Amino acid sequence: MFGNLSERLVETFKNLRTKGKLSAADIDATLREIRRALLEADVALEVVKAFTGAVRERAMGDEVSKALNPAQQVVQIVNEELVKILGGEQRKLEFSKKPPTVIMLAGLQGSGKTTLAGKLAKWLKDQNQTPLLVAADLQRPNAVNQLQVVGERAGVDVFAPEPGNGKGDPVKVSKDAIKYAEKKQYSVVIVDTAGRLGIDEELMKQARDIRKATDPDEVLFVIDSMIGQDAVNVAKAFEDGVGITGVVLTKLDGDARGGAALSVASVTGKPIMFSSTGEGLDAFEPFYPDRMASRILDMGDVLTLIEQTQKAFDEGEAQKMADKLATETFTLEDFLDQMQQLRKMGSLKSMLAMMPGANQMKAQLDNFDEREIDRTEAIIRSMTPTERRQPKVLNGSRRLRIANGAGTTVTEVNSLVNRFEQAAKMMKTVAKGGMPQMPGMPGMPATGGGFIGKAKKKDKGKKGSKSGNPAKRAADEAAKLSGDKPNSSGSGSAFGI
Amino acid sequence: MILVVGVNGVGKTTTIGKLANWLNEGKWRVVIGAADTFRAAAVEQIATWAERANAQLIRPDSEGQDPASVAFQTVELALKNDADVAIIDTAGRLQNKKDLMAELEKIRRVVEKQAQISETLLVLDATTGQNGLVQAKAFAEVANVTGIVLTKLDGTAKGGIVYSIQRELGIPVKLVGVGEGIADFAFFDAREFAKGLVG
Repeated sequence: MFGNLSERLVETFKNLRTKGKLSAADIDATLREIRRALLEADVALEVVKAFTGAVRERAMGDEVSKALNPAQQVVQIVNEELVKILGGEQRKLEFSKKPPTVIMLAGLQGSGKTTLAGKLAKWLKDQNQTPLLVAADLQRPNAVNQLQVVGERAGVDVFAPEPGNGKGDPVKVSKDAIKYAEKKQYSVVIVDTAGRLGIDEELMKQARDIRKATDPDEVLFVIDSMIGQDAVNVAKAFEDGVGITGVVLTKLDGDARGGAALSVASVTGKPIMFSSTGEGLDAFEPFYPDRMASRILDMGDVLTLIEQTQKAFDEGEAQKMADKLATETFTLEDFLDQMQQLRKMGSLKSMLAMMPGANQMKAQLDNFDEREIDRTEAIIRSMTPTERRQPKVLNGSRRLRIANGAGTTVTEVNSLVNRFEQAAKMMKTVAKGGMPQMPGMPGMPATGGGFIGKAKKKDKGKKGSKSGNPAKRAADEAAKLSGDKPNSSGSGSAFGI
Repeated sequence: MILVVGVNGVGKTTTIGKLANWLNEGKWRVVIGAADTFRAAAVEQIATWAERANAQLIRPDSEGQDPASVAFQTVELALKNDADVAIIDTAGRLQNKKDLMAELEKIRRVVEKQAQISETLLVLDATTGQNGLVQAKAFAEVANVTGIVLTKLDGTAKGGIVYSIQRELGIPVKLVGVGEGIADFAFFDAREFAKGLVG
């Protein structure tokens, strides 16, 4: 994510926090750091100037000098200004009153339009829309083909009357697509256009023609988050050339500092609506400026985390699990189930990155091996049902068989069993003593922490133990925020890992 | 033996198409290995280019096949048929994805078993900002990058980041891409480039 940018900013604020009173020199020094951090993050110069100017004006004013904790107040101001630049309120997609809603994608070559089209379609489909993908990129070799494959993976229909590779008229295809969608009653039409340069007048005209022909409700400008100072020119060219209603940031899972996001939003005045964070079709989320700002300032993004958890966890399952914990029949089989539920939430890494203080564990996060879970799963799967239910029967020869079956060593099997027993014991105690407000909640984090969390600690030495802390904090917070819904109990296990 | 690497969407496949075509015009016999087995329809994309450039193409047997095995077959065939140049296309990967970088290292190792890799070209999008340096560093570490291909120079971007890369890592720019046509490519001219940067 915006890793490096936030690291810099957090470092800056650390110095500030120790001060009770801020002098003008303090503020200047801080602003200088902020300016440098932003420039290094590829934020356009004019945007940086405007940003630091706005922060300075407010920081010098009454609201800081009168505040109880001036440093905190400055952080608050920076946060608010960041939100403002990132587009203020989160904006939802505009749906047309008369279906189909038309969404047109535009951007440079290689910014990720086709992949994004698939993700967007899947996201809409998950919200009970019936999207239709339109292959209007007839330029790039086999772009049409790619869209068809993507559409198939997303389980969405693709309208591709032309084979592409330089043949066919994208304007006509788009026009026909709308008619087709009206006839077949698709609720959303997503038009994937060819990548084009802002200075290529011919192609920009074509984009305008597509726009005219389809009268889209949204024109989304897709931009690679790795883009540098040129972001401003490109964004302006598309804003002037085609006219855009929103921005989508792609490849946010890279280690680019993401300053482009700030620039583009600020220069075009258009909100960033979605961000895309990985190769999978699910690696896509609405963009919330306020949440992103707190992410940049390392205040965590617990809200997104909770939303993802709720999407993935089956309420009934969670309730069953809570009951199991209470009655002390939690077995390795249940543990396997739980792990699979976790899997549905997507990459653990990206979830962990949303937690407050995640920046401090960044190095560990980068090293965290997702396959640790695969290995644990393999071990459990190599056990017989009896063994899973009663780990006590595991003697030496059984353990050797399991180790061979899972392609690992007896030591690994031993340590898994030990961790499981400890965790089970811990859960029993907690479940008996109970946290009054909800039964499932306390047990879950213990499981996660007990199992994979420990495995991780082993590799990373004592630093790993740190993760327990924010994990718990986040879990508590999750509990508070989501009230006593049983499914939130499941979320706990996510944090533990 | 040329290995082409880079992050997602910088124009690796297009570059290979242009390069193969140029080699073909010079009467060199080219074999292309479609080792991007990951992205949807990537193989078809390079197949189209290979056809245009009159080059032989090694396809993966199935979707999602280990790219290293495709690379291996490519080299094998190139040696057998006495081809002049073998170019291996790889899937785009972000430089902070550890597993993917390990995969790339494996491809390199496998290829080196049979032949010397004469060039590893890192394809870089001219619009990339400071992250370009990070990319170059990471790829140089696992794949021993010998040159940069700067693509999409026909846009407004000037690609100033290659200056930092040359200065810090000593990796020169070898080729530039200036459009979507098969002939839109050129050797890097430092003088022209400098003019573009300041002017």
